[in-house]
Amino acid sequence: MRKLHTFHGGIHPAEHKLESSAQPSLRAPLPQRLVLPLKQHIGSAAKALVQAGDKVLKGQLLAAAEGMLSAAIHAPTSGTVAAIDFHAVAHPSGLPELCIVLQPDGEDRWLEHAGFDYRALPRDELLNRLRDAGIVGLGGATFPTHVKLNNAQHIQTLILNGAECEPWITTDDRLMCERAAEIVQGIEILRYLAQPADTLIGIEDNKPQAIAAMQQACAGSGIEVVVIPTLYPSGGEKQLIKILTGKEVPSGGRPLNIGVVCSNVATAFAIHRMVNHGEPLISRLITVTGNVKSPRNIEALIGTPIAELVQLAGGALEDANGYIVGGPMMGLEVTNAQLPVVKGSNCIIVKSDKLFPAPPPALPCIRCTRCVQVCPAELQPQDLYWFARAKNLGKAQSYNLFDCIECGACSYVCPSNIPLVQYYRFAKSEIWANERDKEAANLARERHEFHLLRIEREKQDKADKLAQKEKAALAAKAAAATQAQPIPSQPAQSQPAPDPATVSATDAVAIDALRAQVREIAHPEAKHTKE
Amino acid sequence: MLIALLVMSFIALALGAVLGFSALKFRVEGNPLVDKIDAILPQTQCGQCSFPGCKPYATAIAAGEADINRCPPGGEEGIRKLADLLGKEFIPFGEDTAAPKPKSVAVIDENTCIGCTLCIQACPVDAIAGAAKQMHTIIAVECTGCELCVAPCPVDCITMVPLPQTLQTWKWQYPEDAQEKKAP
Repeated sequence: MRKLHTFHGGIHPAEHKLESSAQPSLRAPLPQRLVLPLKQHIGSAAKALVQAGDKVLKGQLLAAAEGMLSAAIHAPTSGTVAAIDFHAVAHPSGLPELCIVLQPDGEDRWLEHAGFDYRALPRDELLNRLRDAGIVGLGGATFPTHVKLNNAQHIQTLILNGAECEPWITTDDRLMCERAAEIVQGIEILRYLAQPADTLIGIEDNKPQAIAAMQQACAGSGIEVVVIPTLYPSGGEKQLIKILTGKEVPSGGRPLNIGVVCSNVATAFAIHRMVNHGEPLISRLITVTGNVKSPRNIEALIGTPIAELVQLAGGALEDANGYIVGGPMMGLEVTNAQLPVVKGSNCIIVKSDKLFPAPPPALPCIRCTRCVQVCPAELQPQDLYWFARAKNLGKAQSYNLFDCIECGACSYVCPSNIPLVQYYRFAKSEIWANERDKEAANLARERHEFHLLRIEREKQDKADKLAQKEKAALAAKAAAATQAQPIPSQPAQSQPAPDPATVSATDAVAIDALRAQVREIAHPEAKHTKE
Repeated sequence: MLIALLVMSFIALALGAVLGFSALKFRVEGNPLVDKIDAILPQTQCGQCSFPGCKPYATAIAAGEADINRCPPGGEEGIRKLADLLGKEFIPFGEDTAAPKPKSVAVIDENTCIGCTLCIQACPVDAIAGAAKQMHTIIAVECTGCELCVAPCPVDCITMVPLPQTLQTWKWQYPEDAQEKKAP
């Protein structure tokens, strides 16, 4: 039996898992229309490769990964690209994002595809294929998997995250119950890539069925299923690593710094589908729960509108008033039912006042430090709140604001109902904005200094040239004067007429110099354009 | 008595020599306060403070010749930072100073541009590309929005366009403002 460790704090919110976890999952029929945002992952948006009007097949590459940190997007079904346009997405800003809109043709015709033997491929090639298949972390953060595994070789521990600690969400639970063997095949691919000494699967003890299924599937494979106590947020990456290994990810660091790679079980499943069946990431399991008739998990194509999934779960009940994308602790409240589900959407909760009453108005902080007791990142939430509220951003940063995982445990226990996480998000985005401004100011300063230098240099060049010309003109004049005065002893009245050729030459030089001066004064810009 | 005097004067001379040497060796070039003030200023180089750029304004502030409330692009936040740095009280914008505007970039109407290069000469950060009798255009990422190119244009083809909000520049609202908005 593995010795388990504990992380600091944590809370026990009402679980609400049984509503949806008992129902077998359902495959959603083809939706009316699919909306695929070009940016469904952390990093830069994918680059569209198709045009409006193009006919595409299921699994066809629609947008390629662009830059180091990016992932590809594929057609979830066959059909026609209706448009590439700005469309509302599930983002707290409510700003529209560039999306590919796909009109399904109803045939669901696959592009020719087949699995391949990953052991026969070089490691780089396999990672490239993960990138081109659009595989990202499906636990919620949507970090591109090929980037995560890029430097992960001969690591100590590979951790598969099946904790699923957030209330209401049951997708990983259902996936482990129904697809345990396939998840294990995906884990084998991850093990091949990362070559870990240990491979662990962490599952909370409120999922007995999933634990049994995974234990059965892992028998004899060397993968250890570890049952951990139910406590929010044990499914947080850093928290799960602490529970299973006792090691802490350093502040500002990555799990790889301590020889650990953590990946979601759903990601392992997606890797298996891609490697062994040649299917890119075009669908995922989503929990649809809350104020609906029959809460359940649905295997939906990426890009399906929320409204169609809610219909499949029996439809919203009468007092429904909006949706939460993600879980109730960390998710995002939206009202638009036409928003598409993306790679990172693991849950849609239909809200009602009964299930999610509006929070009472916030009262002043009484410094009870209950938030300190529950903070899993061992921060001082009350101080961070104080600094964020006073817009004292530097101080907030020095109290390790960026180690906050925004789990919401502090807001959950706050007796004054202060929306603490909102303050931290505000402070974080202000700090990022200030850094952007600072960079822009530095660039402008550099360019302005260069501009002044350039003006100075041009002035200097001009002065030098003028001096040279004057010198030349003087020299010419002097030369002409010496030629013109060959017999100075002769009387003034008998001064011979100067040689006409010499006179005209001297004058021409002087006139040229004058002209050049005038030209320069009149058209200073003409000079450097000629050069 | 004499030995004591000699010892003391020797120590005084030695220390004086060390101080004199370090004053020459470790001399700080320029006024470090000017650089600190300059780091707070937004570097738009717009001249709205009546100085020909951010650095001259910073120099004037450091010399005590200018107030800290003359930089509209820096906003009230900028005044607050300057007040903190200099140990002064916060003062609101003066009446003769323009009101802060949302961050904008200049855009040249390329159909109207006659290629006179006057805007190129006015731009303090060389953010305009073009040549005589050729169409000009603005390098948007390098434009500071100083508006200095607008006035010299003989055909009025330059307009200031406020920067739209994107997912990259979007910020979370201050929670108390957000609540006030929801309340009514």
